[in-house]
Amino acid sequence: MNKKKFQWDFWTGITILSVVVFTIFLIYPLFSLFMSGFQDATTGKLSMENFTRFFARKYYYQSLINSMWVTTCVTILSIVIGTALAYFMTAFKVKFKRSVEILVIISMLSPPFIGAYSWILLGGRSGVLTKFFSELFHMEWPAIYGFSGILLVLTLKLYPFIYLYVSGALKKIDSSLIEAAESLGCSGAKKVATVIMPLVMPTLMAGALMVFMNALADFGTPMLIGEGFNVMPVMIYSEFINEVGGQANFAAAMAVLMVILTTVIFLVQKYVISKKSFTMSSLRPMRAKQLTGVKNIAMHAGIYFLVVLSIIPQITVMYTSFLKTNGSMFVKGYSLESYRTIFENLGTAITNTYVYSLIAIFVIVFFGMLVAYITTRRKSWLTDMIDTLTMFPYIIPGSVLGITLLLAFNDDPMLLSGTAAIIIISLVIRRLPYTLRSSSAILYQISPSVEEASISLGASPLKTFFKITAVMMIPGVLSGAILSWITCISELSSSVILYTGETKTMSVAIYTEVIRVSYGTAAALSTILTITTIAALLLFFRVSGNKDISL
Amino acid sequence: MSVAIHIEDVVKCYDKLTIIPDLSANVKNGEFFTLLGPSGCGKTTLLRMIAGFNSIEGGFIKFDQEVINDIPTHKRNIGMVFQSYAIFPHLTVRENVEYGLKLRNVSKEEMKKKVDHILKVVKIEEYQDRLPERLSGGQQQRVALARAIVIHPSVLLMDEPLSNLDAKLRVEMRSAIREVQNQVGITTVYVTHDQEEALAISDRIAVMQSGVIQQIGKPESIYTRPFNVFVSTFIGHSNLFVGKVKLASDGNYVVFNDNYQIKMDNLADVTDDQEVVISVRPEEFSLQNDGVQCKISSRVFLGKYVNYTLEFAKSMLVPGQPSIEFSQDLGHAEKIYEVGDTITLRPNKAKINIFTADQSSSLIKDVKQYE
Repeated sequence: MNKKKFQWDFWTGITILSVVVFTIFLIYPLFSLFMSGFQDATTGKLSMENFTRFFARKYYYQSLINSMWVTTCVTILSIVIGTALAYFMTAFKVKFKRSVEILVIISMLSPPFIGAYSWILLGGRSGVLTKFFSELFHMEWPAIYGFSGILLVLTLKLYPFIYLYVSGALKKIDSSLIEAAESLGCSGAKKVATVIMPLVMPTLMAGALMVFMNALADFGTPMLIGEGFNVMPVMIYSEFINEVGGQANFAAAMAVLMVILTTVIFLVQKYVISKKSFTMSSLRPMRAKQLTGVKNIAMHAGIYFLVVLSIIPQITVMYTSFLKTNGSMFVKGYSLESYRTIFENLGTAITNTYVYSLIAIFVIVFFGMLVAYITTRRKSWLTDMIDTLTMFPYIIPGSVLGITLLLAFNDDPMLLSGTAAIIIISLVIRRLPYTLRSSSAILYQISPSVEEASISLGASPLKTFFKITAVMMIPGVLSGAILSWITCISELSSSVILYTGETKTMSVAIYTEVIRVSYGTAAALSTILTITTIAALLLFFRVSGNKDISL
Repeated sequence: MSVAIHIEDVVKCYDKLTIIPDLSANVKNGEFFTLLGPSGCGKTTLLRMIAGFNSIEGGFIKFDQEVINDIPTHKRNIGMVFQSYAIFPHLTVRENVEYGLKLRNVSKEEMKKKVDHILKVVKIEEYQDRLPERLSGGQQQRVALARAIVIHPSVLLMDEPLSNLDAKLRVEMRSAIREVQNQVGITTVYVTHDQEEALAISDRIAVMQSGVIQQIGKPESIYTRPFNVFVSTFIGHSNLFVGKVKLASDGNYVVFNDNYQIKMDNLADVTDDQEVVISVRPEEFSLQNDGVQCKISSRVFLGKYVNYTLEFAKSMLVPGQPSIEFSQDLGHAEKIYEVGDTITLRPNKAKINIFTADQSSSLIKDVKQYE
């Protein structure tokens, strides 16, 4: 018997390259983070000192409790609102359904901190609504800062995830299942509780995890609107910034805590889902029914109110960007002054945003397709390991990733801190898993015999990948990439740690402008971001040809 | 140029699981050679070894005198037709057919000539500018065939190409494939689990079971003179009876358990009293005054003939058979029998087959395992 020889080909090269890349940019930085977290700041020895300090003082551990508390509330509220919206939109006829959906998607994709900042403009101490209510009714506007503010902003930003996940699952329920329930004498609320909810439960759980992770990791919103209500990402950021120059060990220790926390939650969710996963495909989806009378009016009122609430931040931002300003105050009259200021002073931030995100998305698409190929078509223990590694970025909060990269690449020979490269790398790491997953899903749909046909006709495997497989994958991958690009341009939590004056991006600029109380310029920058988002979304609908969005 | 394929002692295993233990076969130049067997018998595995999609763990496969074990697929110059057609969905019919020629740097005029010709041969000229998703299954399979043949491959490999088509199209495409293969004269290896298809289309058939070739032969030899009981029951239906050999002064006899005996002129290497399996096909019985007695347990009317299911004394039969059948040719039938009737059937001694008691080989003279 002749032993199978080791074949050294292009894909082996890609496999090894992926291992090297993931080792340098993921394993090594995480390792440095853990090392740093367990290192005593003064002596440099390994110790638990940082962790005991964290749990000894209420000021610190309260932020962990706060994070968990507000995140849990946001998740529950998002589930309730998102599921309800999805159910009503699918089960009943809703007027302007398509517009409602697009507005919901826009509110989801626009930068998160824009929500916080607009709600301050509206309901903050000198906000429009606050003044309006106190002057007219002498009424005390409920405090927008702190816990309630974070809850409001994050829920409005994140319930669309649940909406998209659940309505996707509802579309997959075959109406025969519901008819079967009805034929057995089950109807109304009982039908929803015993048939529909259990069927969408696995999807709902996946969406809930997404919301939880996003809410837990969000930095911009609590930073702007949280005030005294400290949460982990903000605590990590401020400790890290305070300690730069000295040792960042304490911030690293907190980051380690967060990674452990997210890993546990991720694993628990995976375990629970694996117990109750099943696949559905429907030949005959549910038909929307027409509601009548008061019920119909109430439903429409509820849905429209929710949509208005979701889209208000974007409208506020656009409106105020055209207002005349005097220092930090808006004054009567309209002007383009804010725009003039940002193009003069912050032009590089705008170009940086587009350049970095385009480079990042190019790398993501190219690398994502290659890695997806080796993990689906060239299965081995090594590619399985790569597949597992690519899950990591799902559970690493942005600010933690920022610190991780800074700690890892702060010294020669791998001095990257302060460069554009490190920001691009962070964007790639954060978004690569999404493109990877969607590319793999697309690859599973392409029959391997199409590739074999090409090879049998004389094309080498490499040529086959670029001439056949890649060409067939590209439409699906591109539409996913557009959505990823949208999240890249509004990325804040890791860039705010990694930026320097030269490498400022638009989202960082908005953040610093808001901190400087320069609301006019912040609004103008936000408007540019929002319009870019909408344009990209329109492009997405064009490219993908279908109307479904998945993240 | 078309080649002969020599398969010498090849072995295929996945980890510890051996799919093909040791297999040899020769496919002649220009021949239509079919691998036939139940699913999981290793026929597709063998085909993919010839194509180069599966590695070869032992032995050699040669195209003429050249060992191809280590030549990658794309340099073997094969044409392959897949069960799922595997038409490139983003290319038009014409572009699909041109694909292999472009890789071979064929000049523009020559490519046009070749493609025009092959599109005519497989009768899909009128669809050449369409995208494949608008084509029916049969049309897609014609595109796949044209695409594989147009490059003038050394061998043409087909992996159950008709199994996704409906019954009528299958028969139509069957003759189309045979016709095209005849015209071009390419050595063809064809995989199928459909015995009727194999009988209709092949020059020679290799019947496989559990990674081992049971018999190689022309369709008529495989059907009429199967080498062992597996082949006789897998190809068509065979009723199996237990029996004994009796050597008498006037010749050799096989004796059924009810003592009915048939004089056989074509037995080889038998001893007196040797236990054997007597294999009788449903159409090899005839209604006579002498023969084996049985009762009719059910009846199916099929137009050209009537199929009866029969009941025999248990001791007469080889155990574990799904049914014992008799086909009555209605062209010459005098009477159709009712369920419950008792009839006497005489096996046709020129047609029936005798196997060793362990079912592993034929006792009929001049039956070859590899033809």
